[in-house]
Amino acid sequence: MVTEQTTLSNLAVEVENLERIYKIRGSKKEKNVRKELVALKDVSLQIKRGELFGLLGPNGAGKTTLIKILTTLLAPTSGWARVAGYDVVKEPGKVRTQINMVSGGESSGYGLLTVRENLWMFSQFYGLPSKEANQRIEALLKIVGLEDRIHTKSSDLSTGLRQKMNIVRGFLTDPQVLFLDEPTLGLDVGASRDVRHLIRNWLDQDRSRTLLLTTHYMVEADELCDRVAIINQGRVLACDTPSALKQQLQRDALFEISVGALNGLAVPTLERVPGVRKVASEESEEMTVLKFILDEDAALGGVINKLTESNVKIVRLDKHEPTLEDVFVSLVGRSMAEVEKEGSNGDGK
Amino acid sequence: MQNISALNRSESWRSFWMATWLGWQIESNWTDPFLFAVYSIVKPLASAGILVVMYTVIAKGNFNTPIFPYIYFGNAFYIYVGAVMSGISWAVIDDREHYKTLKYMYIAPIHIPAYWLGRGVARFLTGSIAVVITIAFGALFLQVPLDLAKVDWPLFFVSLFTGIAMLAMMGLILASITLLIAHHFFLIGEAVAGALYLFSGAIFPLDVLPAWLRPVGFAIPITYWLELMRRSLVGNVAQAFPTLSHFSNLQLVGILVGLSVIFGIASTFIFRFCDYRARERGLIDRVSNY
Ligand SMILES: Nc1ncnc2c1ncn2[C@@H]1O[C@H](COP(=O)(O)OP(=O)(O)OP(=O)(O)O)[C@@H](O)[C@H]1O
Ligand SMILES: [Mg+2]
Repeated sequence: MVTEQTTLSNLAVEVENLERIYKIRGSKKEKNVRKELVALKDVSLQIKRGELFGLLGPNGAGKTTLIKILTTLLAPTSGWARVAGYDVVKEPGKVRTQINMVSGGESSGYGLLTVRENLWMFSQFYGLPSKEANQRIEALLKIVGLEDRIHTKSSDLSTGLRQKMNIVRGFLTDPQVLFLDEPTLGLDVGASRDVRHLIRNWLDQDRSRTLLLTTHYMVEADELCDRVAIINQGRVLACDTPSALKQQLQRDALFEISVGALNGLAVPTLERVPGVRKVASEESEEMTVLKFILDEDAALGGVINKLTESNVKIVRLDKHEPTLEDVFVSLVGRSMAEVEKEGSNGDGK
Repeated sequence: MQNISALNRSESWRSFWMATWLGWQIESNWTDPFLFAVYSIVKPLASAGILVVMYTVIAKGNFNTPIFPYIYFGNAFYIYVGAVMSGISWAVIDDREHYKTLKYMYIAPIHIPAYWLGRGVARFLTGSIAVVITIAFGALFLQVPLDLAKVDWPLFFVSLFTGIAMLAMMGLILASITLLIAHHFFLIGEAVAGALYLFSGAIFPLDVLPAWLRPVGFAIPITYWLELMRRSLVGNVAQAFPTLSHFSNLQLVGILVGLSVIFGIASTFIFRFCDYRARERGLIDRVSNY
């Protein structure tokens, strides 16, 4: 069936100058101090029907906030968004007939119902014929390897298996636009692969289906998504196909140098070495990994000199092809792990 | 246009029926049927028992005054107030805090108020059992006057139906407000039911209240409903108190229907307002950290 909307627009999601501000109440002492937190700032995006679109960003970037707005759970502070041709603020009821959503990393569901009952109930809320629903439930459970648990009470499932059940719930109602918020968060390698497999299959079966997922796994975004938006502190910094994003760094020289201790050598000092564009550092217990974006290979000599001058012991040196991680570093100036570490320190969590 | 209204109707129906199914699964999810029996039979009898003991002390064992059936029926039907109102509003807290499914219900193409009403049905049914048991117990063992041949059945069913609809509307209002409030007010349903217990003439006539508090009782539809339930079952006894005795049955039904309609309309607006505010403030998937 061709709906009015499919003929009007081939855009599944349209976002224009979207902004979301959270008002945060201070602690008990400063009750009247009202802080504002800008979770999304001037976000504009267009996602075509048939696309697998990824939102990539560190903790607190605003990914979930954007999904909540697009799924009608949260009102934007300003700007507008349309999903499947309908305005999320003015026509939430129509948007809801076209979408479904699953968030990973939480175990929702009615624990007293079995896996089948949970899924069947949701299919009924979406008006699916019962028989068709049961067939689909079985088929989908098989894909994620949960078919032998169909009669298990969902409270008896492990967190990961419950998440699989919830992912099946998302696909079950066959939405026009499906939102998956960190679908593979907390899943083991095999389960993540099952889920990615399900995602690709579902999209390949019908090219009018659209899927938006968020992740902070670079590799997942790279391998899976048709297009990726890199988002940090509520802003979209870049939006393109993974290969086009990496292409921009193709001319640069990317090196990863593992060193013992930095001996007080500061990262900005390294950035002042001629030919060095960006340096990001990731510290682990024994080692520090320095990621360099250089204008050209020849600049490496200066870097090595600087390190040896400061008595920094080089453990390992790699040159590599650009990854989305490097794209993030080149846009933000720090690696995603660093940003997340700062964020959690700043919040005092 | 016709298509859309048909769609909406089926949307409301399936929301209601599936919610009823879910509510029943939750309500009957007792691992131990014995506990279930205790809960649904002994609890109402115990609370009726307390009332009877208190009455016995105060009235020195005189069960033959009209005040005894007045209290007994008022208390019995008041079971519905707690069951229906908190049954419906509890669904919001349960879905949001416990099952973490409120957001998934919210983004489904369902009619949320119809869904909440459905979630209250199971509590209505178990409440009905409690009401019947309480009344039967009173009639059999406590000399509560009840002659089934003299019951005004049409009045009984009209009043019961209207009253339950009215309680359901009050439940929707509470559910909407629950969207906006934090977890530690989770007893809002019980709290409101408890507060209204004193003002709705359930266990004593409004005349007992100080004059300046009586208007509260007159504004609450439950007051008229309880009076109607008593009159339909034991006619003359209930008219022994001046407060409502100058109203005819028909007038009381009129007032009850009128107030129910007002509450129904109010519930629509309150739901829309709370729904709007909840989405503005991001409260639909909020989980309190306890
Ligand atoms: N209900 C809320 N009230 C106040 N602040 C909020 C609320 N929800 C989110 N925030 C803040 O808004 C910012 C964006 O949060 P959001 O959950 O959208 O990030 P995210 O990209 O999904 O992060 P993560 O990877 O950790 O899931 C964060 O700083 C967060 O603390
Ligand atoms: Mg998130």
